[in-house]
Amino acid sequence: MTRTEIIIGGFGGQGSVLAGVILGRAAAYDGKKVAQSRSYGAEARGGAARSEVVIADEEIDYPLVITADYLVAMSQPAFERYVSKVKASGLVVIEEDLVRPERKLPENLKLVKVPATKIASREFGRPMVANMVMLGALAALTGVVTIDSLIKSIRASVSKGMEEINVAALKKGQEYTSAMVGGVHETS
Amino acid sequence: MSSGANKIIEPGTHFLMGNEACALGAVVAGCKFFAFYPITPANEIAEYMSVLLPKVKGIYIQMEDEISSIASVIGASWAGRKAMTATSGPGFTLMQENIGYAVATETPCVIVDVQRCGPSTGTPPLPMQGDVYQAKYGSHSEYPIIALAPSSVKEMFTLTIESFNLAEKYRTPVILLSDALVGHLMETFEIPDLSQIEIVERKKPDKETSDAKYFLDEDVAPMPVFGCGYKAHVTGSTHDEKGLRNVEDPVYVDKVVRALHRKIEKHKENIVKVETKFLDDAEIALLTYGSVARTAIHVVNQARKTGIKVGIIRLITLWPFPDVQVQSAARKTGRIVVMENNLGQVVNKVSEVAAKYADVKFLPPRIIGSLHEPEYVINFLKEVY
Repeated sequence: MTRTEIIIGGFGGQGSVLAGVILGRAAAYDGKKVAQSRSYGAEARGGAARSEVVIADEEIDYPLVITADYLVAMSQPAFERYVSKVKASGLVVIEEDLVRPERKLPENLKLVKVPATKIASREFGRPMVANMVMLGALAALTGVVTIDSLIKSIRASVSKGMEEINVAALKKGQEYTSAMVGGVHETS
Repeated sequence: MSSGANKIIEPGTHFLMGNEACALGAVVAGCKFFAFYPITPANEIAEYMSVLLPKVKGIYIQMEDEISSIASVIGASWAGRKAMTATSGPGFTLMQENIGYAVATETPCVIVDVQRCGPSTGTPPLPMQGDVYQAKYGSHSEYPIIALAPSSVKEMFTLTIESFNLAEKYRTPVILLSDALVGHLMETFEIPDLSQIEIVERKKPDKETSDAKYFLDEDVAPMPVFGCGYKAHVTGSTHDEKGLRNVEDPVYVDKVVRALHRKIEKHKENIVKVETKFLDDAEIALLTYGSVARTAIHVVNQARKTGIKVGIIRLITLWPFPDVQVQSAARKTGRIVVMENNLGQVVNKVSEVAAKYADVKFLPPRIIGSLHEPEYVINFLKEVY
């Protein structure tokens, strides 16, 4: 059974849940079965927020993540909390300036650092689209969904007037990781 | 009355939240009135209803509390509209008195309870199956109820439609007992061509006659909705077939209580639904419902690969209780493990009807308020197997 499981976690307000919804909707456009769940505190901002996405070719029985293939961590607590749920050969994409992966990680676990908030602020003056930079990076690194579907999904999911900046941020994340060699950005 | 849903809902694959699927299902079923008081984790039902209903000439109203929400739903139903409200545990508690009134007056309506963790305010966004008894015994005295438990986003759509159909057919409130997990889950599911979906409309009287009987028929009396020329008296007090009060003679009490129960009991076979898988050669059956069924189905699929002969019986209808179906599963397997996200509610009913045919064990989640993890259930099965 093909089943891909992804956790996206961060502080409330960083858009972890929206990133999961956009990823899930993109996978649905790709013709996959999708289950996306969320958890968050009572606060609108701050606290912790998490999105889980399960993507499969067949009907999904258990809708939550059992062992994650990929983790996108945009905060230190999210990293600490979920990195142990990633499978040994999995991939962890971290927000470079917000997460310090100090603990010892399994040997085959691939770790990729993306300065998403810096990119979002520098390129667009809007740190809030850092989640799309992270999503672009994840898609480019894994091919878990097609970029075309992601772009279509963003347009269907974000507020009116915010579509293009989110799409542009997605592409920045995609470009950033595409330029990487062995998970390291040579010029940064 | 046409639902108008075909103008706003496209058949095909949808990726929606359970709560949104519930709102779509309501509109497809012909819901034209929705009253609500905000509460997590049911808010998305209201948000979407506020978008959908104006498009089908329906009314969305945010009331001052849950008591008035259910009261206005009952009024709308008597005005001839299909009506629904949605809430979570705390609001469901406030609605109980009027749910009893809806039962007594034989008012079709749908109440969605997206269960969250209690007691009291509890934890709003986390799921628990704590309201199973409240759905059946929450209002005073003795009465029958219909309650359905959706396990998926798809069932938030299909069982909302089913809830309306049962409410209309049997002139009764129907509880859709969802939870925060299914309510907030987003999934892909198919909406068929709307012409393929069965929609039931309430029976109305043909014409006004002096001996017309509008209540207490075990085969469901026609409903003399207001504004159509019928003379009807509607009361929560003990009444006769015409709706006229008699609050002196216990014979009338006897008639009301028995007739309301018989109306559901007599048609139980047509109301109750369960889903079974791998039961024929199973040596143990997982019995579950709602969101917890998702773990059970996964576990059964996995366990079968390792040679553990386990099957599943999933209760889609919780009330009236599917005793015949549960007994049949008990006879077939001899061992039943009841899984629910609480400290044991349905398990008591299962023991009551099936203990003489099977060993009944109860498995709560490792942590109340979260879904049973597959590994935890598999380990439990290996221990008892």
